[in-house]
Amino acid sequence: MNLANPQLNDHGELIHLLSLDGLPREILHGILDRAAPFTAVAEREVKKVPLLRGKSVFNLFFENSTRTRTTFEIAAKRLSADVINLNINTSSAAKGESLLDTVDNLAAMQADMFVVRHASSGAPYLIAQHLAATGRNHIHVVNAGDGSHSHPTQGLLDMYTIRHYKRDFTKLTVAVVGDILHSRVARSQLHALVTLGVPEIRLVGPKTLLPAAAARMIEKGPLRVCHDINEGLRGADVVMTLRLQNERMQGALLPSPQEYFKSYGLTPEKLELAKPDAIVMHPGPMNRGIEIDSAVADGKQAVILPQVTFGIAVRMAVMSMLAGSQ
Amino acid sequence: MRIEIRNGRVIDPASGLDRAADIFVANGKIVGVGETAPDGFTAEGVIDASGCIVCPGLIDLSARLREPGFEYKATLESEMAAAAAGGVTRLVCPPDTDPPLDEPGLVEMLKYRARQPGFAHVHPLGALTIGLAGQRLTEMAELAEAGCIAFGQADVSVVDTKVLLRAMQYAATFGFPVWLQAQDAHLAKGGVAHDGGIAARLGLAGIPVVAETVALATYLQLVRETGGRLHIRRLSSAAGLELVRAARADGLPVTCDITTQHLHLCDRDIGFFNAHARLNPPLRSARDRAALALGLADGSIDVLCSDHTPVDDDAKQLPFDEAEPGATGLELLLPLTLRWAGTAQLPLTTALARITSDPARILGLDCGRIAVGAPADLCVFDPATRFTVSRERLKSQGKNTPFLGRELAGEVRYTLIDGYLAYAAEKLL
Repeated sequence: MNLANPQLNDHGELIHLLSLDGLPREILHGILDRAAPFTAVAEREVKKVPLLRGKSVFNLFFENSTRTRTTFEIAAKRLSADVINLNINTSSAAKGESLLDTVDNLAAMQADMFVVRHASSGAPYLIAQHLAATGRNHIHVVNAGDGSHSHPTQGLLDMYTIRHYKRDFTKLTVAVVGDILHSRVARSQLHALVTLGVPEIRLVGPKTLLPAAAARMIEKGPLRVCHDINEGLRGADVVMTLRLQNERMQGALLPSPQEYFKSYGLTPEKLELAKPDAIVMHPGPMNRGIEIDSAVADGKQAVILPQVTFGIAVRMAVMSMLAGSQ
Repeated sequence: MRIEIRNGRVIDPASGLDRAADIFVANGKIVGVGETAPDGFTAEGVIDASGCIVCPGLIDLSARLREPGFEYKATLESEMAAAAAGGVTRLVCPPDTDPPLDEPGLVEMLKYRARQPGFAHVHPLGALTIGLAGQRLTEMAELAEAGCIAFGQADVSVVDTKVLLRAMQYAATFGFPVWLQAQDAHLAKGGVAHDGGIAARLGLAGIPVVAETVALATYLQLVRETGGRLHIRRLSSAAGLELVRAARADGLPVTCDITTQHLHLCDRDIGFFNAHARLNPPLRSARDRAALALGLADGSIDVLCSDHTPVDDDAKQLPFDEAEPGATGLELLLPLTLRWAGTAQLPLTTALARITSDPARILGLDCGRIAVGAPADLCVFDPATRFTVSRERLKSQGKNTPFLGRELAGEVRYTLIDGYLAYAAEKLL
C-alpha cells in the first residue's frame, strides 16, 4: 500500500477505489475509456463477460441502499463474479461485532472484493488499511459511499456522462446545486472535475448547506461559491443537482422544502439561464418539486436515466480494473 | 536513600539557573546544589548525569489515569510507570472517571491508591457538578478536603449558564479555582474535526472555532461577575487565545494551557482519517497552531500539558467519527517540549518553565523548582538521544498517539519522586 495514497500500489496502479481525491487524470480517463465497451455488453443477448469468473464480490452495506447495491450487483454479475449481499445493519453490527471483525470474518471466506457503504466518512480507508496491515492486499475495496466523504463510482459515472455529451472538460462551466455540506456525491464530483481540467465550478446553495470552508474544499480548485442560483446557472454547460437528504437534516438548516424549492429548485425558468445545450444531471433518487421540477427532470436536457445506464458500465470498469491489478 | 547527581547541567526555570552543578538528595529533599557535598553527606547511590540535563520533575496539568472505571484502558500502575518514564513527578487528573470524581470517598480512594513510593503526586480535579451533568453542585469544600486541587467538568460543558454562574460563585466563595474547557455544547455537537478545509474535504462534521470563542466569552464574563479564578484547559484556536489575552490585559484572574498535540499538529495531520488525530478539542488549522506556539513562547499561554488519555485499541480502530478522542502523552511531554524549544529557538529555561515552574504556579504549590529544602522531584534527561515513538516503547497502556513513528529527541534517564528513584534507564553507580 502506498502511504501517500492508500488506493494506489507502489507502481501507481489502482488497488482500491476509495476516493477520487488524489487520482491522476490518466487513471480517471483510463476508467472512463474502459467503461465505454461495457455499455455495449448490456445490449447483447447474453449480458455477460467472463472477466471476474470465479471471483467473490461481497457487497458490505452498513447503511441501507437499494439502488447503489443493485447497480454494483448487476455490474459484478455481468462480469461473471459471484455476488454476496450483506446488509450489516440487520446482522452482525446489531450483535455488537466491530467493523474490522466483520471484515476479518468475510476475508476468511476468501473474498476477492469488498464493495462498502458506511455511514462514517473514511470507513473504507480503515478497511483498506486493516487489510494491508494484515497482509491481505489481494482483497480490493470499492467505496460505495462513506458518510459525507466520497462516492467515487457515482463521481466517475457523472464524468462519463459529461464526457459522453460534452467531450472536452477543459471548456466547461459546471454548476453543482444543493446540499453540498452533506453530499459525498458532490465531493467526488468536485475532485474529478478539478482533475479533469474544468476551468469553472460553481457551488450553489444557501450558507447552511455549504461547508464553512467550501471554497477551500479543494486546493487550487477553480471553485466559486454562489448563494444566488441565477448567478450560479448563468452560462453553465452542466447543471448537477443534488438530492436534498432529508434524513441528514439534524438542525435548523432550512425552514421548509417549499422555500428551498423556491430558492434553489431547478425549474425550466431558471434553467433558461444556462447554455441552451446545457445538460441536467441528478444522482438519484430525485425529490421532485424539492430540488428539481418535474418539467426539468423529464425534459430534453435531462440526462438522468443515461447516468444510471452508464453507472453499470463504469462500475464494471472499476471492478475489472481492480481485479486485474496486484 | 541519599543520592548524588553528578556532572549534570542543572536547569531550574523558577530561578533561571542554568549551569553545571551536582545535586545532593537526602530524606526526600534536595540538600545541596553545587560543587561540593553538604557536610557529612555520603551518597548511597550516584547518578552520572554527564551529557544530561537535570531539571525539576515535570508537572502535567492534564493526565487521565482511567481509575476508577476504565481499568481496561489503563490502570494506576501502568500510567504511573509511564509518568515516571516520562519524567513526570506530579499530575492533575480530570474528573471524568466512572463514576466521576464527585464525592469525597472516590477522591480519597484515588489519593490513597496513588500514595506509593515511585508514584507521581496526584492532584484530582473534582467534578464541578454531580455526575458532570451540569445540574447540581458538588460538595466542593468536602472534595477539597479529600484532596481536590480545583474543580472542573473534564470534556463535558455545563449547558445551563445559570448553573455555571452558581458553580463559579460557590467555588469563588472558598477560593477554589475552576478549570474549564471552552467549548459550547450546542455548537460542538456532532462535530469531530476542525470546521475548515480539511473537514470539508474529508466530509467530517465540523466543530467551528466559534464553539470555543462563544464559550470563552461567556466564561470571561462570569469571571468578571464572580471574581473567581479560572483556568482554561486545552485552548485550541488563535481567536480563543486573543480573547484570553484581552481578558488578562484587563486584569482578570485567568490562566490557560494547551496540549502537546495542539502545539505540534494541525487538522492536516488527520491525513487519511487517522483516528489517532481524533482529539478533543479538535486539531485546528495551521494558522491556529502557529498562534498557539507563539502564545506559549511569550507566556500568554501559561502551561503545556500532555492531556494524557490512554484509549484501548478497540475504541480507536473505528471510523474516525466513531473513534474515542484522545492521545497518550505522559511519555512524550518532555520530547515534544524540547522539539518546540528547538524549532522556536527558545532557551531551555523558558521552554521547561511551561512544564515545571509555570504549572506549579497554577497549582499554587511549592514544587517544580530546584533549591535546597525543596522536595527532590527531579528529572535527568539526555537531550540528544533520538528515538522513534513506537507502541513497544510506550509504557502507558494506551498506545494511541498521533506521534507514532515520529523521531523525537530527549530521553529520560532517571526520575526521582520525593527522593525515591522512580525510574532509572540504567543502574546507579
